[in-house]
Amino acid sequence: MATAQAAEPQTRTIVNDLVLHVATANGSGSQTSNMVLLRSLFQMGIPISGKNLFPSNIQGLPTWFTIRANKDGWIARKQDADIVVCMNPDTSDEDAETARKGAILIYEETLNLADKRPDCIHYAVPFKKLIAEACPDVRLRKLVINMLYVGVCAQLFNFDMEEVRKAISTQLAGKQKAIDLNVPAVEFGYKWAAENLKKADPYRVERMDGNKGKIIIEGNAATALGLMFGGVSVVTWYPITPSSSLCEYLDEYLNKYRIQDGKRTFAVVQAEDEIAAVGMLAGAGWAGARAFTSTSGPGISLMNEIIGLAYFAEIPFVICNVARTGPSTGLPTRTMQGDLISLFYASHGDTKHIVVIPSTPKEAFEMGGEALNLAEEFQTPVFILSDLDLGMNYWMSDRFDYPTEPFRRGKVLDKEALDKLNGQWGRYRDVDGDGIAYRTYPGTDHPKAAYFTRGTGHTPDAAYSEKPEHWKSNMDRLARKFETAKTRVPKPEIHSNGHAAGLIYFGTTTEAVREALSALDHQHGLKLDLCRLRAFPFTQEVEDFLHSHERVYVVELNRDGQMRMTLNAELPRFAGKLRSVLHYDGMPLTADNVVQQVVSMEREK
Amino acid sequence: MAGTAEAPSTNKVGLQKKDYAGSKSTLCIGCGHDLITARIIDAAFDNSIKPENLVKLSGIGCSSKTPAYFVSRSFSFNSVHGRMPSVATGTALANRNLKMIGVSGDGDTANIGMGQFVHVMRRNLNMVYIVENNGVYGLTKGQFSATADKGSKLKHGQVNHMHAIDLCALAVELGCGFVARLFAGNTKMMKQVLQSALAYKGTAFLDIISPCVTFNNHEGSTKSFPWMKSNELAMQDIGFVPAYDPHYEEMDHGDERVIKLGDGSKITIKALDKDYDPASRTGALQLLAEHHESGKVPTGVIYLAGETPRFVDHLGMVDVPLSSLKEDVLRPSKSVLDEVMDSLA
Repeated sequence: MATAQAAEPQTRTIVNDLVLHVATANGSGSQTSNMVLLRSLFQMGIPISGKNLFPSNIQGLPTWFTIRANKDGWIARKQDADIVVCMNPDTSDEDAETARKGAILIYEETLNLADKRPDCIHYAVPFKKLIAEACPDVRLRKLVINMLYVGVCAQLFNFDMEEVRKAISTQLAGKQKAIDLNVPAVEFGYKWAAENLKKADPYRVERMDGNKGKIIIEGNAATALGLMFGGVSVVTWYPITPSSSLCEYLDEYLNKYRIQDGKRTFAVVQAEDEIAAVGMLAGAGWAGARAFTSTSGPGISLMNEIIGLAYFAEIPFVICNVARTGPSTGLPTRTMQGDLISLFYASHGDTKHIVVIPSTPKEAFEMGGEALNLAEEFQTPVFILSDLDLGMNYWMSDRFDYPTEPFRRGKVLDKEALDKLNGQWGRYRDVDGDGIAYRTYPGTDHPKAAYFTRGTGHTPDAAYSEKPEHWKSNMDRLARKFETAKTRVPKPEIHSNGHAAGLIYFGTTTEAVREALSALDHQHGLKLDLCRLRAFPFTQEVEDFLHSHERVYVVELNRDGQMRMTLNAELPRFAGKLRSVLHYDGMPLTADNVVQQVVSMEREK
Repeated sequence: MAGTAEAPSTNKVGLQKKDYAGSKSTLCIGCGHDLITARIIDAAFDNSIKPENLVKLSGIGCSSKTPAYFVSRSFSFNSVHGRMPSVATGTALANRNLKMIGVSGDGDTANIGMGQFVHVMRRNLNMVYIVENNGVYGLTKGQFSATADKGSKLKHGQVNHMHAIDLCALAVELGCGFVARLFAGNTKMMKQVLQSALAYKGTAFLDIISPCVTFNNHEGSTKSFPWMKSNELAMQDIGFVPAYDPHYEEMDHGDERVIKLGDGSKITIKALDKDYDPASRTGALQLLAEHHESGKVPTGVIYLAGETPRFVDHLGMVDVPLSSLKEDVLRPSKSVLDEVMDSLA
């Protein structure tokens, strides 16, 4: 007989505020089960987030999925789970050991965790026995055993079973055979829990109205959609975690929605490596396509030579860096904001680049299109800086707005324009004084259209030159172009109420910072102004923010404070004001971490 | 006739030979590469290629400088060492209508660029890929490249102990449909093959032995003018018949092979030695293997397949260049976004 033992008496009820942590083995089909739990909560109107913690492996190694549901909309990662589902016997001891005091443990009864953690609440479930009853076909048991814990959780925590059934149908994309297999398994687990488990914990969920008009999406899918609606036409890629799903989503969406008379209005090419992927972008951007690739840190390193060529030869394309942890292979399935300097100043010689930094799927969608505009407008490589947390985890988001702004294709001379100019033009002449010259597309039907593109020194008319004055004036024009970019890149999001202390952050630290700010205010009486960076180069607003605060915390996910270093380098007169709040263990940031670091530094101020 | 200048001849697109000129070469006097450049100009003019429809691409090295020396009216991209093939691939994706000439060297292709070379050979772009092969690095002053023959010597006596990479054999192996080995000193054959390669609708790979007069023209070199003059085995008498030539009859040319090229023109191949069949892949590989041992350098069309589907065909792209597509085509409608959003709600 399964038992539920309460380590402490149940004194209160906690509604719509829980962290559920599921430990399974990679490749066991648990993703579907976890997504059903996530979707069910979402459909019940409770704000949620879902984060994968998975190994760099295909089958058999431990994997975890963490759902946070919170009525106040706090959906950042939390350090400790309230409920831990231990489905992986290889890790159950450690999963139980690391659970917080008073946490709820749900596990296969033969694992016998009750003795190990008497300070936790236990629900021992005979999953192996139950699956034999629930699923007569031996071959299918492995596929549906994880649905049993969905049923058990649904019963224990008061999920609406109608929403669970709907979530299964959505998750299995209407595949009836699979639905008919999974729904009864969930119901079996639910029924068993109702009959055999005695509720001994305070957690329950209730329907609320927190998700009106929201969607659930991974950041990589959002970026892909932004690129498609932004008119991307040439996509090249080389598989690398955690960026691969971006180009896979893009391929899927383009094949569905960008077909004209049975033919593709795009090309998607898997290159032989990242060097070839970016080389193809150089050719495609040069020849007039809206060109894109996605990669991660190691790929950026390989692309560096061609990035420098494209900066100097002034060729537009967009690269999304879905960043992961560490140098080399590092922790390929963990997250980090560790490629800031290697992106901002990528390549050799004097180079610096436009980088846009989304923090939510909605922004990833908007910046996907905007990056294509900026690349063509400035005739230069533009980067989207994402990371594994945004790219591969599940986020609640507002629905995306249809982009109505026309594409900005930049300064391009076609045949008619060349006719008007009597063919008098120079590829690198700064006609308008903004550092941005005019270009022509290869194939333009005019005898004066062509120019010679090269990585070597050149005159304003694109002729080869090693003359010092040509070199310097060209580099100065490129710097002028970068100055112009400061007025056109996405501006930071600033919340300023005249407080003395400010906090700068960007990307996926947003949810943790938001939650931390509330805790700092309500629990510690500390009030800070906020500046969320959305692009490099830094705009005037960033400078103003630094100017108007006595001290400014810079929150980032790396060891060396790369954003702080960049702020120091670009805006040196404020260097003394900056203090780093750092987190770099590969996991997403938690609010508690920010609170602790800021409180301790505020005490020392 | 006194007092009247003879009108310069024009080709079918109304251009004169001078319209295909480039800047003055800055290579060493007597460089094999300049011989190739001159024949490219001849071939482009005689084929009546509109310069606006041609793009020139190159990597880095002496050979990769040469696109500056021909057809200045064409767009050109002197890119990165060993990476011309990917830049060419991207160019073809953006504008499928462009004819490309990719110029590379033995170091640019067989050393640093080997990875991109083998992959571009698999793709079949609309490109003439020329390796101006002299077996040494010129701009860095005379180091061996990977096409240097085993036993050949550098100027100061160092001997190469490693096997040479045979780029023609690799190209055949990897599915390239038009593979030729040429000698820059055999300008007649070079011109005919260049014209044919430009007319071919796919990747034509030309490995042209092009001696370096400064660093690899000495005794002991197997890429020198004297060595090639005594060891070239010209296998074929090659002719090119433009599409517009009304006088040529396909039949009745004895043992000559006549192969139609994509634009309606023809290449004629008359075997000089034995009856070598350039349509046989295994025959091509056998020929190349045999001559690695003999030390002779067979020149001519090593392999010529019928035209096969190109990369852009496999990708199922629209017929017009992607670069010509505008917002009305590139941005799906609002209802598409609504549909996607509904599916995620």
